[in-house]
Amino acid sequence: MKDHVELRSGAYADSVTLLQVSRAVQASPGVVAAQVAMATGLNLEVLEGMGFDIPASSPNDMVVALRLDDGADVATALAAVDAALAPTRPTSGDTTVAPARTTGSALRRGSTGAIALVSVPGASATVEAMDALEAGHDVMVFSDNVPVAEEVALKTYAASRHALVMGPDCGTAVVDGVGLGFANAVRPGRIGIVAASGTGCQQLLSLLHLAGSTYDDVGVRWALGVGGRDLSSAVGGLSTREALRRLDADPDVDLVVVVSKPPAAEVAGDLASYVDTLATPVELGLLGRGQRDLTAVAEAVLARLGHAAPEWPVAGTRNTGVATGPLLRGLFVGGTLCDESMLIATEVLGPIRSNIPLSDELALGDELLVDDHVMIDFGDDALTQGRAHPMIDPTLRNEQLARSAADPSTGVILLDLVLGHGAEPDPAALLGPAITAARTDRAIPVIVSLVGTDLDPQGLSAQVEALTAAGAEVHVSNASATRRAIQLIEGARA
Amino acid sequence: MSETTVVTVGADMFADAVAGQAVEVERVDWRPPMPGTQEHLARVATDPRRLDANARAVAAMLGVTAHLVDVAPASEVLGLEKGQFLHAGPPIEWDRTSGPLRGALMGGAALEGLVDDPEDAVALFESGDHVSLEPCHHRSAVGPMAGVVTPSMWMWVLEDRATGARTYCSLNEGLGKVLRYGAYGPEVLTRLRWMGDVLGPLLQAAVRGTEEATDVTGILTQMLQMGDEAHNRNRAGTLMLLRDLSPAMVTSGFDSSDVADVLRFVGGNDHFFLNLAMPACKLALDAGRGVPGSTMVVAMARNGTDFGIQVSGTGDEWFTGPAQVAEGLFLGDYGPDDANPDIGDSAITETAGIGGFAMATAPAIVRLVGGSVPDALATTRRMHEITLAENPRWSVPVLEFQGTPTGIDVTKVCRTGILPQINTGMAGAVAGVGQVGAGLVTPPAEIFPKALAALAAEVPAAT
Repeated sequence: MKDHVELRSGAYADSVTLLQVSRAVQASPGVVAAQVAMATGLNLEVLEGMGFDIPASSPNDMVVALRLDDGADVATALAAVDAALAPTRPTSGDTTVAPARTTGSALRRGSTGAIALVSVPGASATVEAMDALEAGHDVMVFSDNVPVAEEVALKTYAASRHALVMGPDCGTAVVDGVGLGFANAVRPGRIGIVAASGTGCQQLLSLLHLAGSTYDDVGVRWALGVGGRDLSSAVGGLSTREALRRLDADPDVDLVVVVSKPPAAEVAGDLASYVDTLATPVELGLLGRGQRDLTAVAEAVLARLGHAAPEWPVAGTRNTGVATGPLLRGLFVGGTLCDESMLIATEVLGPIRSNIPLSDELALGDELLVDDHVMIDFGDDALTQGRAHPMIDPTLRNEQLARSAADPSTGVILLDLVLGHGAEPDPAALLGPAITAARTDRAIPVIVSLVGTDLDPQGLSAQVEALTAAGAEVHVSNASATRRAIQLIEGARA
Repeated sequence: MSETTVVTVGADMFADAVAGQAVEVERVDWRPPMPGTQEHLARVATDPRRLDANARAVAAMLGVTAHLVDVAPASEVLGLEKGQFLHAGPPIEWDRTSGPLRGALMGGAALEGLVDDPEDAVALFESGDHVSLEPCHHRSAVGPMAGVVTPSMWMWVLEDRATGARTYCSLNEGLGKVLRYGAYGPEVLTRLRWMGDVLGPLLQAAVRGTEEATDVTGILTQMLQMGDEAHNRNRAGTLMLLRDLSPAMVTSGFDSSDVADVLRFVGGNDHFFLNLAMPACKLALDAGRGVPGSTMVVAMARNGTDFGIQVSGTGDEWFTGPAQVAEGLFLGDYGPDDANPDIGDSAITETAGIGGFAMATAPAIVRLVGGSVPDALATTRRMHEITLAENPRWSVPVLEFQGTPTGIDVTKVCRTGILPQINTGMAGAVAGVGQVGAGLVTPPAEIFPKALAALAAEVPAAT
C-alpha cells in the first residue's frame, strides 16, 4: 500500500460536500482509504488517526489524502477526486413539485373556487371532505359506507360556514354546468335540482334535456346531490337546506326541483316551512308509494314553465313481440330506477321480490331468480362488494339476464342503461350482445329504459341504435318503460 | 366555459370524466393512511375544537420572538443540584441508556466531582444513589445530542418578552471528541472546565453588557437566507452572534488573551449558534403547548434509545418508539456499524420548521445522503404536506420566499405516511468515542398513530 497526500491551497468546499467526495473516492478501484477535507484541527486529527502524515497546513487548505493498493495509479485516483468535486449539472425541468397528498394540500396550493370530489374508501372519506370544508370549499362525497355520525359532523360544520356537502354516497352532481361523478351532459338553463338520489337525478336531467330541445327555457346548470340519508331524522336535511339556499340566492335559477324519497316526518315539516321562506318556486318531487314517478315530476316542472309534456320517445317497438310467460324480471343498475319501477308495477301486478324490497317480507336471499315478479338493483352495496359498480362492470347483470331469459315463466325483461360522464364508454356494446343472446331461443320482450342525452360522451342515438339492433325496445322514460313491460305481462295473463 | 376547478381524491375515472369536460382538474395523490388509523383520523377530523385549536397553537408559536437575555450556570437558572443530570429526549433509566448518553453522563459526573475517573461513574449510576436523570424538556431546556446538563454548566437564557417565558440550553463545545457525543476523555473535561471558567463568564458579561438584547429569532430569519438551515449548518448564525457580542466582550474588562481565546473558540465552531437556535425553537413551541384539541407536535426528541414526541393537545405525555440510525456520511474509518441510534433534542429545530424542513435553503446538507439540489427543494416541499402553516418570518429565497413548513400535524403524518425529515449528527455507539458522522433520519413511524389514538380519546362525545 502507498499513501498520497496533497494540499490544495485556495481550494474550498463545504464539509458536507467533502464527506461525499471522500465517500465517492473510497469507492474507486484501487483506493483503500480516502479522505478529502479542509485542514481544520478536527479533520487533521481524523487524518492522523487514519495514519496519514500531513504536512504543515492552514485550515484554508484542502487536504487530499489517499491510501492506494500497490498497483493502483495515483493519477486515476486523483481524477476520481476531481470528478467528485466537480459540481453536478442542474437537472432540467422542475421535478421537485410532487402532487399533493391530501385534499387540504391540493387546495392550499391555490385553487380558488374549487370543489372537491372525494371517492376514496368510505373509512377515509370524512377526513378528505373535512379538508375541503375547512378550506372553505364545497365537497361532493361519492364514497359510501361513511358512518352517519360522521355525515352529521361534516354537515353540521359545513352549515356553520355555508359550505355544501354533497353526499356521502352522492353519485351525481352538476355544478355550474360541470358533471361530477355519474352525470349526464345537459344544456345549461334556469332550472336547479336538489337530489337525494343519483339515478333519480339522472332521469330528471335527461328528460328535461330532451324537453329542452323543444323548449328554449328548459335547461339545468345546477344539480346538487345531497346523499340518500340527508332527509333522515339523523341528518335533518342539512345539505338539502343549504342547496336550496344556494339555488334560491342564484338570480339565474327560476325554478327548483327536489328529488328525494319522502323525508322523515319531522324533517318534512321543517323542509316545507323552509321552502315557504324562499322566493324561488320549489317543485317537491318526492318518490314513494302514492307519489308521482320521476317522469311525472319532470312533466310537472315543464307545466310550471307553461309547457305541455312531450311525447317521450320510444324506439324498437317492432322488435318487441309478445310475452309468453307471466312474470316480470327487472334487472337494474340504478337503485332509484329499480325503486320507481317496483312502485309502478306493484300497483298493477302486486308484490315484487327484490334485494331492495318495498317491504321486508319481499326480500330476496342469495337466490336472485325466484318464482315471482323480481326486480334487482345490481348497484346495491351487497352486490358490489369486491367488484366495480355495474355501470362499469356489467358481468353480474348479464349473467342474470341469461338466467332470466332461460326461465320459461319470464314474460318480460326490464333493463335500465345509464349514460353520462363516468359511465362505461360504450355500454350498449356490452349489453347488446347479452340481449341478442337472451332472445335467441325465444323472442322474449326486452324493454330498456335508457337514461342519457345526446350530449353524453356515449351519444344517445348511437346507444339507441345498438340496443334496438340487438332486439330491445328502448324508452327514455323509466316510468314509460315500466308501464310498457306491465302491459305486456298483462297481455300474457289475459 | 365554467370557471369551476375540481380537486379529485380517489378514483381516477372521475378525474378523467371531469378533465373530459375541459375543466381544470387537480388530482390528489391519495394513498391509504398508516394502518389502523382510519377511525381515529375521522374522529379527530370531526373534533369541533381541532381547527381553532390548531390555529391558536400555530399563532402562539409564530408570535414568539426569542431574545438572548443572559448566560448563567444551570445551578442558578434551573436550580439544578449536585447529582441531578438533565439529558436529551424522553425520560429514560440508566440501564436503558445508549453508549453516547452513558459517556456524557460519566463525563458529567466527573465534571461535577462526583467521581474522579469517569469510568467510576458507571457504578454510581447503577446504584442510583444521590443521582437522578431527567429530560431537559422537563426543565424548559434543550440539549443537542446527549444533551447532558450538570449544575456547573453555563446555559444560554432566552426569553419571550411578551410573556416572560424562558428556555435554556448549554454552550456548544465544538465537534469531534466532545461530551455531547459521548466522549469523556481528559481533553473533553479540560474543555468543559475552560467553558465554565472562561467562556461562560465572558459570554455572561458580553450578554449583560450588550445594550440591545440579541434577537435570536431575527438571526434565524437572516441565517436561513444565508445558506444555514440552523441544525447541521449554523455558520452564518454563529458569525452574526459574534458580530453582536464581540464589542461587549472586548470592553468587558476580561483578560484580552481570554477574549481572544473565546473569539477563536466561537469563530472556529460553526455549530456554536445551534445551542441558541434550539432554545429559540423551544420557546416558540412551548407557547403552542397545552391547547386542547390541537394536533400540533410541540417536541421531537431522542435519548439515543427512544424517539419521543409531545403534542399540544395531549399535555406532557411522550409518545415513544425506537430511535433509528441515521443515513449519511462517516468521519474517517467509521461506518454504519459504529453509529448509535438517533440522539438529541436538536430535532426541536425541525419541530419548529427549520433544520431538515428548511433543507431547500441549505442544499449542501442534502449531500449527506448523496442527494442533489432538487432533492433539497423536494424535501422542503414534502414537509408542507405534513405541516399546519408556513412561517412568514422564516422564508426560503429559492422557493420564491415561501415560508418554511411549520407545525407538524399528527393527523397529516398518519394520513400521508410522510415522516418528518431530520438532519442530525451521529454519535459513536460506544461510550467515549464521540462523533462518527452526520446524516438524515426520520422518527419511528409508529409514534404518530400512538399520539393520534390519544388525541382521538380526548375528543369530546358529540352532543
